[in-house]
Parts: sequence; structure tokens; C-alpha cells
Amino acid sequence: MNEVILIVGMVAATFLVRYPVLALLGKVSMPEPVLRALRYVPPAVLTAIIVPEVLMPGGQIKIANNAYLIAAIVAMLISWRTKSLLLTIILGMATLWLWYAIVGI
Amino acid sequence: MSNPSRRTEFWAGVRDTFPLIVGAIPFGVIFGALGVNSGLSPATTMSMSLFVFAGSAQFIAAGLVAQGISLPFIILTTFVVNLRHALYGATLAPHVRHLSQKWLLPLGFWLTDETFAVVVARYNRSDDSSLYKHWYHLGSSIAMYGNWQLCTLIGLIAGQSLQGIENLGLDFAMIVTFIGLIVPVVKTRPILVSVIVAGAVSILAYPLENKIGLIIAALCGVIAGVIAETYLPQPKTVLDQERAA
Repeated sequence: MNEVILIVGMVAATFLVRYPVLALLGKVSMPEPVLRALRYVPPAVLTAIIVPEVLMPGGQIKIANNAYLIAAIVAMLISWRTKSLLLTIILGMATLWLWYAIVGI
Repeated sequence: MSNPSRRTEFWAGVRDTFPLIVGAIPFGVIFGALGVNSGLSPATTMSMSLFVFAGSAQFIAAGLVAQGISLPFIILTTFVVNLRHALYGATLAPHVRHLSQKWLLPLGFWLTDETFAVVVARYNRSDDSSLYKHWYHLGSSIAMYGNWQLCTLIGLIAGQSLQGIENLGLDFAMIVTFIGLIVPVVKTRPILVSVIVAGAVSILAYPLENKIGLIIAALCGVIAGVIAETYLPQPKTVLDQERAA
């Protein structure tokens, strides 16, 4: 594999998605319904990234004895109660490791 | 309202990004370690962090290289995995339209999930009319970028001694980070509907090639949110409140 081509290709496939929309879309005025819809982007994208990671750790749906699922539920409760991002990260990871220590990986 | 200086905005951006940096540290270190273990040279692994700067795409690419997948397929997958950044760009575009290319080029290059999530909250805060919100954006971007390089380097150097690190569940750090970003913004029923639909579709569409299920799920979530907003009776939306402000 030519690693230089790999890097150049990945740079193009990343920058050409990020930059043009950010830089050019502001020049046209977007209709209000579009602006309204864009408000749903952050939670929708982040959720779509993590849900398969939590519910399908090995590529298959796993509910019972799923350490990620347990720790994710705890993290959700902590985030809901405290609104603190740092606490959510720290206590979420602590829950996972506690589970690993008690139940095993 | 008060009008913070450029410097104040910059450091506020760095500070507000700090929790996300904590969440990204294990991710960056693992990438450095896995990159070399997947058969990439240390220079290529580091170059990916320096010039591509896209965590999830880098991980997936390293995984595909290890499986001996062909180059065009890896680049296509990178593109699809990054498509969500087009949604981020569209969301941020109205806020950065006044900036010159000198600003837009680096801010575009540095766009990540984390910086987007932090910065969009700052831009949407209508309670102040700061002229330098883009300095906040810059602070967040540089903090994420600097941290990513440092972590990749640490992972690269630690390389062999970190074998088995993927069994520690460190990749879970990104998941809890995102949970901590999502939960506080689920304040209205349409957003709740949007998140539930995005999550459900992400499972259903997961088997699709090139991780395209991610972008399909995100779009379904956005559409579901808009539909819910139209048909569910609810109090004033945040947008209305901001407009009134």
C-alpha cells in the first residue's frame, strides 16, 4: 500500500467535506425551515455514532451482560442529574472499570 | 451585555473544550498505538493525525489497512464517515459567514465532533453580542488539535508496551463524552424524538457498507425532530425564544 497516497486521499476526503460547506453555505441565506432543522443535527449525529457502539459491541446486538450498556445508562443518569460533562466522563469510565473488576470483561 | 476581548474568548474556548479533551485522550493514545500495530509506518500514523485530523475516520482507516482492504475503498469510507461534517458545516455556516478565508480555511480543517458541539452552543447563546465568538471557536479548535497530536505521539512511542490496551475499554471514553454532550440538550420533546429515531435507525442501518448507516440515521433523526416539532403540541421552542430576545 502506498501510504503517501493513502494520506493524500484521506486529507481530500476529509477537508473537502468540512471546508466547502462551512465556508460557502454562509454566502447564501438559508431558509428558516432549514435553519430550524439544523438545530437537530448535534444530538442526532452524536447519538447515531454511539448507539451501535453501546448496543452492538461485537457487531451483534447485546443486551444482557453488556458492560458498555450498563455504564452508558449510569452516565446518562449522571449527565441528567448533574449536567457536568467532566463528571459524566469520569463516573462513566469508573462504572465500566468497576463492572470489569467485579464481573470481568 | 459585556463584550469580552479576543483573548478572553480564545481562552474560554480552550477551557470549555477541556472536558472533551479528557474524553479524547485515551482515543488519541490508542490510535497512536493501534496505527503502528495495524501495519502503518510511524510517519504515516503521525501524518494522519497531523493532516487528516479526523478521529473516527483514522480509526476505521487503520482497521481497514490491517485487514488489507484496498486503498480506494478506504478513501471512500473516510469520505462517508466524514459526511456528518457537512451537516456541522451547514449548521455553523451562518455564524462564520462574516469571516475571511484566513479564518475559514483553518476552522474548516479543524472541525471535529467535539469542537462543533462546544462551539455551536457558544454561537447560539444569544444573551451576549460578543464580536469575537470566532476566537472562542479558534481556541476550541487549537486545544483539540494540540491534544490529538500529543496523544497520537504518546501512543506511537508507547506502542508495543501498550499491547492489550484495546481491552481496557478506553474507547468507551468517547461514548461517555458524547452522552455528556447529548443528555443536557434533550430539553424538548422534538429533540427527544429526534434522538430516539437517530438511535433506532443507527442500529437498523448498521450493517450497510462504508458506515453509511451513520449519516442515514442522523438525517432520519433530524427529519423526525422537524416532524415532531410541527405536529407535537409544545411550548415555545428555543428558536422562538432566541428570536424574541
